[in-house]
Amino acid sequence: MRPWWRTIGVLLLAAGLSAQPAAAQPKPEVIAHFGSDTSVRRLLVRGTTDVALFAPVLTAFVAATPGLGVDYEQWGSNELYAMSMADCGAAGSPADLVISSAVDQQVKLVNDGCAQPHRSARTDALPATANWRNEVFGITLEPAVIVYNRDLVPAAEAPASRFDLIDLLRPEKGRYSGKVATYDIEQSGLGYLFAFADSQQATTFGSLIEAFGRSGAVATCCSVELIDGVAEGRYLIAYNVLGSYARERAAKDPRIAIVTPADYTLVLMRAAMIPKAAGNPAAAAALIDFMLSDPGRRALTETGLQFPFEGSGRSDLRLPRDDNSLFRPIPLSPALLLGLDQQTRAHFLERWRKTFPVK
Amino acid sequence: MRLPGLAGAEIAVPLPKGARPDAAPHDAPAAPRRVTSLTLRLALSVSLVLAAGGAGVAVAALAYGRHAAELAYDRLLIGAADQIAGSLSVSEGAIRADIPISAFELLALAPADRVVYAILAPDGQLVTGYPGFAPAPDGATFAQGSFSGEPIRLATVRRQFSERGFSGTVTVLVGQTMRARSDLAREITRSALVVVGVVGLLMSGLAAFAIRSALAPLRRIERGLALREPRDLTPLDVEVPREIGHLVGAINRFMERQGRQFAIMRNVIADASHQLRTPVAGLRAQADLAADESDPERQRAIVARIHTRAVGLSRLTDQLLNHALVIHRVDAVPREIVDLRTIAIRTVEESDHELFASDTELRLNLPEDPLWCRCDALSLVEACKNLVNNAFRHGGAPVTLEVRAEPPFLVIGVRDSGPGLPEADWADAGARYDRTTGVSPQSASLGLAIVTAVARAHDGTVRFGRTASGEFEVALLFPDQVPPLAATGLE
Repeated sequence: MRPWWRTIGVLLLAAGLSAQPAAAQPKPEVIAHFGSDTSVRRLLVRGTTDVALFAPVLTAFVAATPGLGVDYEQWGSNELYAMSMADCGAAGSPADLVISSAVDQQVKLVNDGCAQPHRSARTDALPATANWRNEVFGITLEPAVIVYNRDLVPAAEAPASRFDLIDLLRPEKGRYSGKVATYDIEQSGLGYLFAFADSQQATTFGSLIEAFGRSGAVATCCSVELIDGVAEGRYLIAYNVLGSYARERAAKDPRIAIVTPADYTLVLMRAAMIPKAAGNPAAAAALIDFMLSDPGRRALTETGLQFPFEGSGRSDLRLPRDDNSLFRPIPLSPALLLGLDQQTRAHFLERWRKTFPVK
Repeated sequence: MRLPGLAGAEIAVPLPKGARPDAAPHDAPAAPRRVTSLTLRLALSVSLVLAAGGAGVAVAALAYGRHAAELAYDRLLIGAADQIAGSLSVSEGAIRADIPISAFELLALAPADRVVYAILAPDGQLVTGYPGFAPAPDGATFAQGSFSGEPIRLATVRRQFSERGFSGTVTVLVGQTMRARSDLAREITRSALVVVGVVGLLMSGLAAFAIRSALAPLRRIERGLALREPRDLTPLDVEVPREIGHLVGAINRFMERQGRQFAIMRNVIADASHQLRTPVAGLRAQADLAADESDPERQRAIVARIHTRAVGLSRLTDQLLNHALVIHRVDAVPREIVDLRTIAIRTVEESDHELFASDTELRLNLPEDPLWCRCDALSLVEACKNLVNNAFRHGGAPVTLEVRAEPPFLVIGVRDSGPGLPEADWADAGARYDRTTGVSPQSASLGLAIVTAVARAHDGTVRFGRTASGEFEVALLFPDQVPPLAATGLE
């Protein structure tokens, strides 16, 4: 089988880059290269997206843009944010494009003047919620879903909404005690974003977190860990998993079942921004435009980053019209700054910690 | 050859300076002086007013737009700051902020503006928010600032706390970049300018229409004049507004004068041709006779007759020309204030010297004081000369020229002791002689016609009468109109 992306080098962090001296320098989780490594012009993209999911679009991009090579670094969202913030004050930024699922952090970078604007017919076509100041753009649509193990959770008990989930957790020492997992919001920027968005969306969040606390729910890192746990039966249900990852996995693993909560489903728009001091902003802008174009959308849809909402066109970033506003996108707006407010964040984490005591 | 009868003709040659005001149009119809087109001038001034007004409104709109945008977005800032301030509480001796999301959503109403906020404890320490912002030192609610290279507007709201364990003023700062403000200001200004532009266009259209309709009467007059026969000097009958009525009146008066002059010239030419044809034909016949005559004695007699007729013809020509001159002057020459005594003296000086050679005596009877009269001296002298000549020719010595006042009239009279004109002829003596009756070279009728014309031109009359001593008098009566004060300056 012909590999669907050509990786010149995938270096797992664990393997280490021996060239780098032992350093306090944070290192990317993964580095991948696309296009000919003799390309004169190179574009450095830093993102939180799993390289496996992001590779198709980058491959398509370098194929469509001769003479340009792309280096992709995969980072954890908090590290990426800290690094981008540090680059903001610096004279130059190594990254030409920063793409993060922690959109609140992206918005904060833009608010602090760390981005440069890009405007084209494609960015103008974006809905207002997916484009703030022409500096940060929503390039994907990914729902926050509930994942459960089809084999271990009877169909009758499968939660269709948060209320169902709360009901499942109600019985003392029930089947689901200690078997429900969600993001550790202290480690994952995306987990924090989802949890904070939940807290703003509905009062359900209070009952839910209470139920989590009572039933001894597990907070852990990362989508992959959550999905693996469900597939292997360590957890029965995972809450607020990023739909794109779940869908990719579900395609290969029949044990994984996905539910978009029926009360409301948060929809994340992965956000891209060009750092102010980027060395190659034109190529970064070209990549943004490519991701918003039909071929780019196709490549993103291929790996589920562009979630195939029923009735939505493949190249359309707009959500299907829904009168019950079931799908609630998290708009790219300064309102996201609230979650990053020092005190608000401290209070929120404090409340969280009471539910998930540090082990 | 000496032609004494023509001596008076030289009067017709010199005219007083400035006596030909209407001569220019006859001589050379000079091109009208170029003045910028009325339409252009009106259009210029209207557009000047519109441009000035437009500029004024534009400046006002700009100021208003800025102010309105400032006001609108300042309220947004204050609203957000109030919400944040309202969320503050004291917990365990420290300030706790539970900032509501609505505060940020409110700020997000300025869709493309970056946001800063800070909550400062009474000692100035940052409770939460962006570091590095301080309230305006003068305590103003709003201040300008800068946030990573972009200007911002910063609102300050203060809240007092007097709790157990915490008291003091907590300061909430909320700021925003100014994109939405300038967008709104631009939008307001642009809308205002569009309105101004549309109104300006409308007003220009209205002004053009007003100018056109205001100038329409002028075009009607122009058409009325252009369509006329060359000889048609009847008054213009065009409907015009009051403002242009004066112009039409002036044109009509001018044409009336032209018409009168034209009629006079026609009469003069007709008179002259009629009057001169017969005597000239007689002269020629006599001359032919003389040429054919071989007898020197009879030839001399014919030459004597020719001389007599020539003298008569010369006088007739003289009178015809004078008549034409006087009638022409009636309309053309402005009046001046003259002492009637000088008229009498000039009459004597300029009278036919041949007559003085005879034994008839001319007496001059003048008052001590001047008698002022507004008149054309030349015409008046001419009239008096005609009266004196008539008296010499037809009356008997002594001939007296008298100037006197007969309130309310001023009188110049010529008396003689001859039989005078028969009383039956007094009534129509002044009428222009009848062409059909023919006139002898010695005829006096032309002279009286001149006198009557002059009297009428001066609002006066000719009076025939006999004095107590039985003398025949022809007198010119003028109303005494010149106040003595006005005249004194002229003496």
